[in-house]
Amino acid sequence: MIEERLSIAKRTSNRFLFMIGLGLVFLIVGIFITMNSTGHHGGGHGEEAAAAAEGGHHAITWVNRLFSNLWLNNVYFIGIAVIGLFFTAVQYVAYAGWSVPIKRILEALAAYLPIGGILLLIIFLVGKHQLFHWTDETLYIKDNANYDPILAGKQSFLNQPFYLIRMVVFIGAWIFFDWWLRKQSLNEDLNGGLEYYHKSIRISAIFLVVFGVTSSMSAWDWVMTIDSHWFSTLFAWYVFSSWFVAGLAATTLTAIYLKQAGYLKVLNANHLHDLGKFIFGFSIFWTYLWFSQFMLYWYANLPEEVVYFQERFHGYDGHYAWIIFGILFLNFAFPFLVLMTRDAKRQMIMLKIVCIVVLFGHWLDFYQMIMPGTLRGESGFGFIELGALLLFLGVFLTVFTRRLASASLVPVNHPFLEEAVHHHV
Amino acid sequence: MQHVSPVREPLVTGGKTYHDITEDVSRQVEAKPNIRWAIALAVALFFLGIFIYSVYRTLWFGIGEWGLNKTVNWAWDITNFVWWVGIGHAGTLISAILLLFRQKWRSSINRAAEAMTIFAVICAAMFPVLHMGRPWLAYWVLPLPNTFGSLWVNFNSPLLWDVFAISTYFSVSLVFWYLGLIPDFATIRDRATGPIARRAYALLSFGWTGSAKHWSRYETVSLILAGVSTPLVLSVHTIVSMDFATSVIPGWHTTIFPPYFVAGAIFSGFAMVLTLMLITRNVFFLKDYITLEHIESMNKVIILTGSIVGVAYITEFFIAWYSGVEYEQYAFINRATGPYWWAYWSMMTCNVITPQLFWFRKIRRSVVATFIISIFVNIGMWFERFVIIVTSLHRDFLPSSWAMFSPTIIDVGIYVGTLGLFFTLFLLFAKYFPVINMFEVKTILKSSSGVQHSHAPETMHAHSPNNQAHHDK
Repeated sequence: MIEERLSIAKRTSNRFLFMIGLGLVFLIVGIFITMNSTGHHGGGHGEEAAAAAEGGHHAITWVNRLFSNLWLNNVYFIGIAVIGLFFTAVQYVAYAGWSVPIKRILEALAAYLPIGGILLLIIFLVGKHQLFHWTDETLYIKDNANYDPILAGKQSFLNQPFYLIRMVVFIGAWIFFDWWLRKQSLNEDLNGGLEYYHKSIRISAIFLVVFGVTSSMSAWDWVMTIDSHWFSTLFAWYVFSSWFVAGLAATTLTAIYLKQAGYLKVLNANHLHDLGKFIFGFSIFWTYLWFSQFMLYWYANLPEEVVYFQERFHGYDGHYAWIIFGILFLNFAFPFLVLMTRDAKRQMIMLKIVCIVVLFGHWLDFYQMIMPGTLRGESGFGFIELGALLLFLGVFLTVFTRRLASASLVPVNHPFLEEAVHHHV
Repeated sequence: MQHVSPVREPLVTGGKTYHDITEDVSRQVEAKPNIRWAIALAVALFFLGIFIYSVYRTLWFGIGEWGLNKTVNWAWDITNFVWWVGIGHAGTLISAILLLFRQKWRSSINRAAEAMTIFAVICAAMFPVLHMGRPWLAYWVLPLPNTFGSLWVNFNSPLLWDVFAISTYFSVSLVFWYLGLIPDFATIRDRATGPIARRAYALLSFGWTGSAKHWSRYETVSLILAGVSTPLVLSVHTIVSMDFATSVIPGWHTTIFPPYFVAGAIFSGFAMVLTLMLITRNVFFLKDYITLEHIESMNKVIILTGSIVGVAYITEFFIAWYSGVEYEQYAFINRATGPYWWAYWSMMTCNVITPQLFWFRKIRRSVVATFIISIFVNIGMWFERFVIIVTSLHRDFLPSSWAMFSPTIIDVGIYVGTLGLFFTLFLLFAKYFPVINMFEVKTILKSSSGVQHSHAPETMHAHSPNNQAHHDK
């Protein structure tokens, strides 16, 4: 098997830089627009806003909107990155043969983890009060008007030092396992033999155990605690499923682009068919989890639980209602109907459309998980949203493609390469 | 063209030919019942007798024969029901989901696992029907137009969803299982010498001739059934979990229940498949078909699902604390340290700790260790349901109603009785039906028997014990 090297045209990497630049410009423009519009409103309601701030409800400003968007995109792209690592590990422990042609794409997705981790830390440290209600110190002072007995009860878990330790440990563990697995993979290319393969299986098994715990806890930490009072046992797996479908779509989309650019000679319709089945199946899985969580809270109708869905369906004059129905359409109905037939899963154009739709759909899913808690009814879609998305996408694509180009696109000494070449569904 | 990496371990050992497969599997059907089988059947029939007696007591004297009281009004009945339904998950998982994931090792265990599924669902169905008190009116659970006035089923109740989910699951599993048996019945029919056997298997095989048209239709139907079964496997235990999760009882009302019950069901189902297959493998000399590789693969599914269940236990416990809801917090502390602590810790030990032993390759590939651990998992999963159901109920919202549950002899009788029913059915299946899917094993013989690779294969498990050692002939 001949190794394939991806060479990235100057034009392409410039395009990513342009994306980052445009994102920054949009962010600044967006900030100015939001600033002025809140200033305009503030003229009339200045006293009201001040009164609201005293009552514990801070007025929503461009700062909140900026940090919510930075957090949203970072959590979303970290998710896609760690799914790259997770799915690589799954391929190893499952002795999967078919997936060899996409292995390097999965590995490359994880390249975003170090940058994402640093950004996560910075955004939290700078914007924590805009993002997380529980970081307000006055909530825990007994005599303060803001004292919140429920949050005080959670303090041994929801306190900043422990939160930061968890963040560093989780991201650190993921980066470490990524480095360790990638090292085996690259050495296998150079030296061959089964030794690296066996070692990778063991590393993957350990990682999956670590991931089983850390993925759940990171979902609580980074997303669920935004709605500081609310809780759901299923939430972590729901976040995981959203990340997973997004990661699968990113992998498939990359595979198609590489194939169309003349790379990945071993990849054919059969591999795409399998990826399509994964997207199809796990889109249903995501819907299953969404429905389970929703239905059980709706059915029991306990105030402290159902408030989450009340807020999203009816709250703020139905501000988020269309998003809830939107994600169900984009992440369930659309991939379900389009990818139903065998032929659709084997055609690049169909897969491409579905991948782009579900990538956006799951971004929107994170939007509806985060925004009601941070911006209440004041969220929107404008320059800030577009700018933050472009910025993170640009950074993600830069590190992703750089790693993709740093090794052969086909792991030439993988013991199952031959199986993958002759893969037939 | 299909290519199988030489790294993979063979799934059929002993250099078998197509004819050997037919011989090895049909032999059990054609030979006279051996004494070990007859003894086993006698024991099973004895327990079936206990079942019949306990059912008679329940129906004649009423549900008062059970240990239920005003507070714990659901106990062993629903525990056993959920336990059996859970066990009934492995068969369809193996035939549908492992098929989707192209796990070839499924082909030599799917037949017995599917049979087990059907028998387990039959055992499960006994409990709600008996709990009705008047089982001859069981058809009232169906939304039939009736002449009794405005009586109508309650579509808001998850118990009704259960009726639909389980009856659909049972029907589809039965059809799927039987469909797979047809070509094998035809093989046995063609080999049969006695007039009764020939007629009986001719009837069972629906006149299968093995023509191209038959196979084409067979393939189409099994693909459709596999597609239908996949969501069904997930839906059945999801809906069973909703029997609890839609309520507002602390310890029951939690959103993780649907996927966690499904994982638990697969976990217990695989444990029961292992328990049965390890015995069948020994008694029927099927070591070349149910190899150590098969056992190891099943053990890996057990570690995976056991760990998912473990994460769910921890999640529930953590979120109960995190929620700040006092009732939830109490329910979980009470589970672990209250009067039923022994049930909780039996569950934890059997479900979360013992399966972790399968991380050791030696244990994963040891038949004895696997058998023992599979029994542990069966016990642990029974305790899981008992813990969820009884510990949540026995502390009522009204403290004056707090009570403990103790089963009566009839409770015990019905439970061990269903084991008798289950084993009676399984033993009859094992004797009169081919326990291994002959034609499916034949389809993987070329690619996965490990004989036609000219160069000595360096197997995936470089230090594996010699798999080729189990030669029967």
